[in-house]
Amino acid sequence: MTQTKQDLAGLFERMTGDEKHELAAASTLDVLWVLYDRVLNIRPDNADDPDRDRFLLSKGHGPMAYYAVLAAKGFIDAESLDDWTTFGSPLGAHPDHVLVPGVEISSGSLGHGLGLGVGTALGLRAQGRTARTFVLVGDGELDEGSNHEAIALAGRLGLDRLTVVAIDNSSSSHGWPGGIGRRFAVEGWATQTVDGRDHDALFRALTAEHPGRQAVVVATVEKKES
Amino acid sequence: MTSTVKLMRTVFADTVTDALDLDPRLAVVTADISAASFADARARHPDRVINVGIREQAMIGVAGGLALTGMRPVVHSYTPFLVERPFEQIKLDLGHQDVGAVLVSIGGSYDDPSIGRTHQSPADVALLDSLPGWTIHVPGHPDEVEPLLRDALAGDGRVYLRLSTRENAAAYPVDGRFTVVRTGREAVVLAVGPTLDHVLEATSALDVTVLYASTVRPFDHAGLRAAVAAASPNVVLVEPYLAGTSAHEVTAALADVPLRLRSLGVRRDLEVRAYGTAAEHDAVHGLDATGIAATVRQAIS
Repeated sequence: MTQTKQDLAGLFERMTGDEKHELAAASTLDVLWVLYDRVLNIRPDNADDPDRDRFLLSKGHGPMAYYAVLAAKGFIDAESLDDWTTFGSPLGAHPDHVLVPGVEISSGSLGHGLGLGVGTALGLRAQGRTARTFVLVGDGELDEGSNHEAIALAGRLGLDRLTVVAIDNSSSSHGWPGGIGRRFAVEGWATQTVDGRDHDALFRALTAEHPGRQAVVVATVEKKES
Repeated sequence: MTSTVKLMRTVFADTVTDALDLDPRLAVVTADISAASFADARARHPDRVINVGIREQAMIGVAGGLALTGMRPVVHSYTPFLVERPFEQIKLDLGHQDVGAVLVSIGGSYDDPSIGRTHQSPADVALLDSLPGWTIHVPGHPDEVEPLLRDALAGDGRVYLRLSTRENAAAYPVDGRFTVVRTGREAVVLAVGPTLDHVLEATSALDVTVLYASTVRPFDHAGLRAAVAAASPNVVLVEPYLAGTSAHEVTAALADVPLRLRSLGVRRDLEVRAYGTAAEHDAVHGLDATGIAATVRQAIS
């Protein structure tokens, strides 16, 4: 079984045909690796445990990095990457949680993961569970108004087991004046902005306590080329 | 069509409030509308009675997230804000995630036309019918609401309960099958939910079978076939929402039968740009007793 970050490139390259989204896929690679390697208590053998942490990939396009990490961690076979997006493959260009072990939500249409994540965090809290919920969004995805319903709502609910990771590769057409964190901060979220390629910085940010309120970690990566 | 008991909406709130005390899986999600009706329940179950504010996309998304953790969300708002505005969330956050929820609307197609087109939603059932896996109930009497709701709360699937202030004088059994209210030979008139009283008035002097449906998905194919076999393959479908919404179900149920079908419902060919009363709008759509009688007479002529 592949276990190192260095092996991800080989896994990534097994998936061809979605070059349009390669940059989007690569932008998430380090965050995903740190989450699955050092932060989340999710493994193939506890994928159905109600007390597992939840990771929701909201930015479903360009899932090659996600699939590569899932293969590296044993959720799916590396061989399954070779025929991804074909009719008989469970691996599509947008992930389907019914088809892929370890995938918590089906995503693709932007702006759905944050609402689902707030509901997931509420459900876990209502059941008295301490599992954490992480939602990965993109800075372009935040253009969708549905996110802002969820950001404002969560800001009133004190969901201290909810963390949003916002990958910022400057792909939002109109940008975020003052930075993405500011949009969350005005609603009461704890915010940090870190280098999205710095594993130790990501780890510290993703594991920081934020009692009484939810957190956003803005992970800045290289600018997306048009 | 006036109620002699509680309004459907009141039955809904009372039933869910009671069920919240007994079933820890249940959660209620509102978007301000009717939130006050759950104030007592929220005081007892603050983590399971959630008012998201006027945020309908978040309302469905939150429900989807709750369901992903194994809970049973009950989601409620006025019809257009429950079904039309967050329709992609219904499609993706519930259906595509393969999780269940109970959606309960009020307002019907035009319960109160004085508040205008923005608060009308005659296409709600047709929209949900475009998605797989939905059970759809259209009760015609408040006494039908509680058994339909309790069955939905106990399940895991996706259920839509369409409540209205339009009511029939009497309740009928709610076992998912069509009820034979009257038998005749020249046609089968299927009345859905609160259209029944107008259908009975319209057909009182006609030799037709009248069926009543409070559940339209799944559609009782066997019940319709049996009624047609005993009467005539001359069917008039009367629905309180978009005309013809269940026409494909009728033709599927009677695929091997030469069929004459007329569909009554909210007209597709115009937006009624008028206020007034529900009765006045019924007349425009041919859903009052006079209009229904005219259509049934044409069908059997």
